[in-house]
Amino acid sequence: MAASPAYGEDKGGASSLGEPEYGHDPASGGIFSSDYKRHDDLKEMLDSNKDSLKLEAMKRIVAMIARGKNASDLFPAVVKNVACKNIEVKKLVYVYLVRYAEEQQDLALLSISTFQRGLKDPNQLIRASALRVLSSIRVPIIVPIMMLAIKEAASDMSPYVRKTAAHAIPKLYSLDSDQKDQLIEVIEKLLADKTTLVAGSVVMAFEEVCPERIDLIHKNYRKLCNLLIDVEEWGQVVIINMLTRYARTQFLSPNQNESLLEESAEKAFYGSEEEDTKEPKAEAASLAKRKPYVMDPDHRLLLRNTKPLLQSRNAAVVMAVAQLYFHLAPKAEVGVIAKALVRLLRSHSEVQYVVLQNVATMSIKRRGMFEPYLKSFYIRSTDPTQIKILKLEVLTNLANETNISTILREFQTYIRSMDKDFVAATIQAIGRCATNIGKVRDTCLNGLVQLLSNRDELVVAESVVVIKKLLQMQPAQHSEIIKHMAKLTDNIQVPMARASILWLIGEYCEHVPKIAPDVLRKMAKSFTNEEDIVKLQVINLAAKLYLTNSKQSKLLTQYVLNLAKYDQNYDIRDRARFIRQLIVPTEKSGALNKYAKKLFLAQKPAPILESSFKDRDHFQLGSLSHLLNAKAVGYQELPDWPDEAPDPSVRNVEVPEWTKCTSREKRKEKAEKPFYSDSDGESGPTESADSAVPHAEPESVSEESGSSSSSSSSSGSEEEEEEEEEGSGEQSEDKEEEEKRPKRKDKEGSRKDQWGEQSLSPEGGCGTGGSASRAVLMGLCLWGCTYRAVPMQVCYQSCPHAAVPWGHWGCPHRAVTHQSSVNPFSLNPAVTPPPPQPIPSSSIISTSLVTDLEGLTLTDTSLTPALLSPAFGAVRTYELLHRMAGEGLSVEYCFSRRPFPGDPHMVAVHIQISNNTDAEVKSLRVSEPKLLSGMRIQEFPEIERLAPGDTANVVMGIDFCDSTQAANFQLCTHTRHFYVSIQPPVGELMAPVFMSENEFKKEQGKLTGMSEITEKLTLPEKCRSDHAIVQQVTSAANVGRVPCGADNEYRFAAKTMTSGSLVLITLEQREGAVAQLTVNSEKMVIGTMLVKDIIQALAQ
Amino acid sequence: MIHSLFLINAAGDIFLEKHWKSVVSRSVCDYFFEAQERASEAENVPPVIPTPHHYLLSVYRHKIFFVAVIQSEVPPLFVIEFLHRVVDTFQDYFGVCSEVMIKDNVVVVYEVLEEMLDNGFPLATESNILKELIKPPTILRTVVNTITGSTNVGDQLPTGQLSVVPWRRTGVKYTNNEAYFDVIEEIDAIIDKSGSTITAEIQGVIDACVKLTGMPDLTLSFMNPRLLDDVSFHPCVRFKRWESERILSFIPPDGNFRLLSYHVSAQNLVAIPVYVKHNISFRDSSSLGRFEITVGPKQTMGKTVEGVIVTSQMPKGVLNMTLTPSQGTHVFDPVTKLLSWDVGKINPQKLPSLKGSMSLQAGSSKPDENPTINLQFKIQQLAISGLKVNRLDMYGEKYKPFKGIKYMTKAGKFQVRT
Repeated sequence: MAASPAYGEDKGGASSLGEPEYGHDPASGGIFSSDYKRHDDLKEMLDSNKDSLKLEAMKRIVAMIARGKNASDLFPAVVKNVACKNIEVKKLVYVYLVRYAEEQQDLALLSISTFQRGLKDPNQLIRASALRVLSSIRVPIIVPIMMLAIKEAASDMSPYVRKTAAHAIPKLYSLDSDQKDQLIEVIEKLLADKTTLVAGSVVMAFEEVCPERIDLIHKNYRKLCNLLIDVEEWGQVVIINMLTRYARTQFLSPNQNESLLEESAEKAFYGSEEEDTKEPKAEAASLAKRKPYVMDPDHRLLLRNTKPLLQSRNAAVVMAVAQLYFHLAPKAEVGVIAKALVRLLRSHSEVQYVVLQNVATMSIKRRGMFEPYLKSFYIRSTDPTQIKILKLEVLTNLANETNISTILREFQTYIRSMDKDFVAATIQAIGRCATNIGKVRDTCLNGLVQLLSNRDELVVAESVVVIKKLLQMQPAQHSEIIKHMAKLTDNIQVPMARASILWLIGEYCEHVPKIAPDVLRKMAKSFTNEEDIVKLQVINLAAKLYLTNSKQSKLLTQYVLNLAKYDQNYDIRDRARFIRQLIVPTEKSGALNKYAKKLFLAQKPAPILESSFKDRDHFQLGSLSHLLNAKAVGYQELPDWPDEAPDPSVRNVEVPEWTKCTSREKRKEKAEKPFYSDSDGESGPTESADSAVPHAEPESVSEESGSSSSSSSSSGSEEEEEEEEEGSGEQSEDKEEEEKRPKRKDKEGSRKDQWGEQSLSPEGGCGTGGSASRAVLMGLCLWGCTYRAVPMQVCYQSCPHAAVPWGHWGCPHRAVTHQSSVNPFSLNPAVTPPPPQPIPSSSIISTSLVTDLEGLTLTDTSLTPALLSPAFGAVRTYELLHRMAGEGLSVEYCFSRRPFPGDPHMVAVHIQISNNTDAEVKSLRVSEPKLLSGMRIQEFPEIERLAPGDTANVVMGIDFCDSTQAANFQLCTHTRHFYVSIQPPVGELMAPVFMSENEFKKEQGKLTGMSEITEKLTLPEKCRSDHAIVQQVTSAANVGRVPCGADNEYRFAAKTMTSGSLVLITLEQREGAVAQLTVNSEKMVIGTMLVKDIIQALAQ
Repeated sequence: MIHSLFLINAAGDIFLEKHWKSVVSRSVCDYFFEAQERASEAENVPPVIPTPHHYLLSVYRHKIFFVAVIQSEVPPLFVIEFLHRVVDTFQDYFGVCSEVMIKDNVVVVYEVLEEMLDNGFPLATESNILKELIKPPTILRTVVNTITGSTNVGDQLPTGQLSVVPWRRTGVKYTNNEAYFDVIEEIDAIIDKSGSTITAEIQGVIDACVKLTGMPDLTLSFMNPRLLDDVSFHPCVRFKRWESERILSFIPPDGNFRLLSYHVSAQNLVAIPVYVKHNISFRDSSSLGRFEITVGPKQTMGKTVEGVIVTSQMPKGVLNMTLTPSQGTHVFDPVTKLLSWDVGKINPQKLPSLKGSMSLQAGSSKPDENPTINLQFKIQQLAISGLKVNRLDMYGEKYKPFKGIKYMTKAGKFQVRT
């Protein structure tokens, strides 16, 4: 057996565990030495039937391995126990196997069958550990078995086993790289896995096996972005690093235009978490028209989803996010990482070391980012020297005109430190500050000259070197300093400093004509005792003096050159010979002689003192290569941004499963479901929009003629009926849903009571079918939804506990007041007043109006598109303040789609406030709105008091400036302040507009090219009828339908609230399920987001 | 990723090695020893050392070097952070992380390391999961195990590994349900010669000890959450809730954990609770120097400052010090030149002081630097930033837990330049 050589190794003895002198030299001992017998006791123990003995033996063996002692001769005895029942023995045997199988391949094969059996075990831990060990024993013969096992495990039920399979991939790859193609298949499969447990491991496998196969990521990109926050921290690091590279190949550089304004326009729409956008909104809007760069929404997605991870406790994660932002984010946004990086400086010194290296690189490129944290880089006497020097580097990089005085004062303290290496570095840093900032050059120079009288020679020497560099910039003014330094030659011994002084005197001998020859005289005297580097400079000085002042120095130069001629060092001999030929004119010397002066005394450029961290950012920050400033093995180059963006549609996923995870989608899904079920048998909504006039129609017509006050009461009851029907629909739907997720149920249970109570209280006032809506509330309560498996957004920010249409709760008297205030609008014939009841079929109203007005609009005399009555689709409620967060006060809001009285640019937001506490809440009001510029809020009138259990409905208006940025404000009671924010879905930022088909086509013709966004989609089964499509579109966005000749085409039109830009939507249904959606709008961002929202609405 | 791990003690002995891939000879550590020799002190050993075939990444804690060997590109912080996590885990398992402890529990250490990494990539680093896989050794368990033959190794996959709350195991039961939170703030400051503050900031943490049955869902709210400038959370904290409402909402891990660490920025004024009056002078002519320090309270909000320890690294020229403290004890180590004065409590009526003379090396000129004074102190019942916990609520379980919150202020890196 191949194992025999190993037998000979190192028989020292298992029994001699305690002996520290036990040698690990494998050469000692012969094959049959007496030592060999000493393992017998262990073997005996392993052979016994008692588990406790086996365990004891294994523990001793593992202890040997841990100490690096050779235990390979026990292999046969150990491997027998691989099938041992005792789990700890088994584990230790695994440890042993993994360590020695490579050396004893034949014997290791004996154990394979056990693992193969283990792979089929019902216990997932055993399956996983069998795969782990099988893939860890590096025996090439079993490659096919491993391949098979990995493939099988990749489709295992247990995510833990799948994770283990992902771990096994790089192991197999390192064993046999020929398996690459097959392994890539497995990776591809595991990349599609939706569990967070697997994500990190498979990306790690991807990075090790096939980092170049970027195409595998496309389809999983969005999923990875969305899962990221829930992946374990180590996986996060790997994924973020990989995504950084991916983004560099797939997106365009956000800084290519170098225009901050472009960015701000972007931010206005996407960066919902960005609170610090200061650029005026109006500018952003106007820029939108001509902007050539639009950040890919996927690019934004990545930035948005990684940002919270800056708060991670794991330094590696924070660093990974920081480098992602540094490499990918628009300049204006990179700043956010500074704070997090500064925080890491509190961590262990090793962490500080790495972070400071990266900060040093970043601070060269983006100095402004770290300036506010200048003081965090101040040095403490207890810092290790390597940290001190790095901090100094950062401080120097951050120095500018404004802060230089503070920094120099700080440096003064450092110069007196006991740590001499650090002092030397400080002097260098002062030199760099002086060269970079002209203002302080003289101050620095003076300071350094003072240091020349320092007692410590190292300090003086370092100062001399730095002064030399500084003087080179403006020598004429500083002959005094040069004289001072000339005096130093008597005392200073550090060769580098002496050499520097000599060079200076030589170079500027014209400024010190009297001293220079004298210095040469002294140096000639001590020439033989000097260091080589000093000797060279003495020769240099002599040569220069000879050329400028040959009268005084001719003989001296000859003398020095003669001494140098016989020097031991050949460099010096060479130099002497060379210089003599050049400067001393003889008959043999050539033409060069004439130019000697030019050669020696040419103007020399001042040295540029640069940071050693300059240009290090071509390495990916945070990487080992960056730290070492050299390419490490396996480093993946960070690609440059492409000039043209690759096709973004490659990341589209047919069934956008992941999208359901985001909060808005979730809400939509819940809120809309009832309509599907309704449309099968309900009266109102099922009727085809074009044909029969539904029962609701007369109401709206009468409303139109101005009799609002009479209809309001009848509409109230109407409303309730509608609601009841809807409620029951929802209830049944809800039951189905509950059955679908039994797991959630028990968690939900405890919450149900709370919510049931809460929902009942407002119902008391309205007197409608309580049980029905209660069920709705319970079913829709997402509180019990899985905790972290879905992105956090769902769980916390806007948990739609109740998505019951709003009007249902509306207290009658409130509704009346509101409507009378709207009344003036009804006098305008083109603008219809809001329909009194939230009939869930917007199309009915709009189309009926269309028929009414058709006569007018089909003529070619172009009317300006008139605002149409807001269509009432499903009104979704959003949560503004959760009951628990609000300490009993719960606030919800919805977009009623009615015009806001008084200001046509404002979006009306209905707010319902319920007091669930047992105390009265007083003086409820809005205060301190924190808005982006351009945004406005019309606050609702202060609510004086709200009795316990009572509910109040109010309306407020917000001008969102056509952006989906959230409006942040405080909701104040007499005791507390709550920070809340309202973020509008893009569809609510517009109001329907009426126009004829011709007008529509004309307008559409104007909005082509960049303003047109087209997307193909597949309509699901239940969304193919006219009615359903119209319904879905109008529920996703506040748009009005435009009549259309072709029957497979749907058109909608709307105007944005603030700027009044047209938004035209065309949905063309092709054969069967395929459809094409076109949105024309000069607001491209709104267009893009709208397309996304509508497609999502239709896909459900 | 991580290829091998070597543990090296202060004497330069490799006392434990573990390999996750092919075995790397321990001779690779020679490069490390070389670097160690070059760096005069342990903390100056560069954390990353390139060698011809490998890279050595090390951390130094508890007088042990943890040296990881890697072969290819990997984010250095990834490895460093992991090594620190290993040390934390050992500390968690054995109480202290020392060479003796590791040697005594070498089998458990080995088993833990085996679970923490697979093929060099972290597998299970949550101590809750690890403790279910490999139970920490206790005397009782060792006795029971030897009698019954049962083991320290779990045979089921820990529930946390698969759950969405990986940091908490299921089926936790306590008879006394309690939740304690310690708000600990550390003041990092540099005070200059004249007593004015150069930089001061507050670093705070909230450490929790939660022993609650079942799956409690806690919310913790602050009176003044706006104080917190920069926070980092335990993964259990729901980030969105914090973003929107400034409330900490979380399902806590079982036992001790760090819930939150935060930073109160330098922009806000930081109250400095103590001052140091110093008069340290060396005279050029004589071989004697004068030394005098007085410590006094300042802005302590009426609380006593206790546990005061003053340390100072004296210049090399100082041979010995003859000092008399008005209270407490002092030690001067003539070898390391480290002066340490354990003051204890500060009594505002009678300020503690330390006076005396220093004897300097005869003949040598006076040292040109003055020593920096490092200060440690503690103030109970006070969070210097003014942070206050408003309330703690529990949802999801029926029982009433016992809740406790403690505040403490400590000196972090508190230096006075003289």
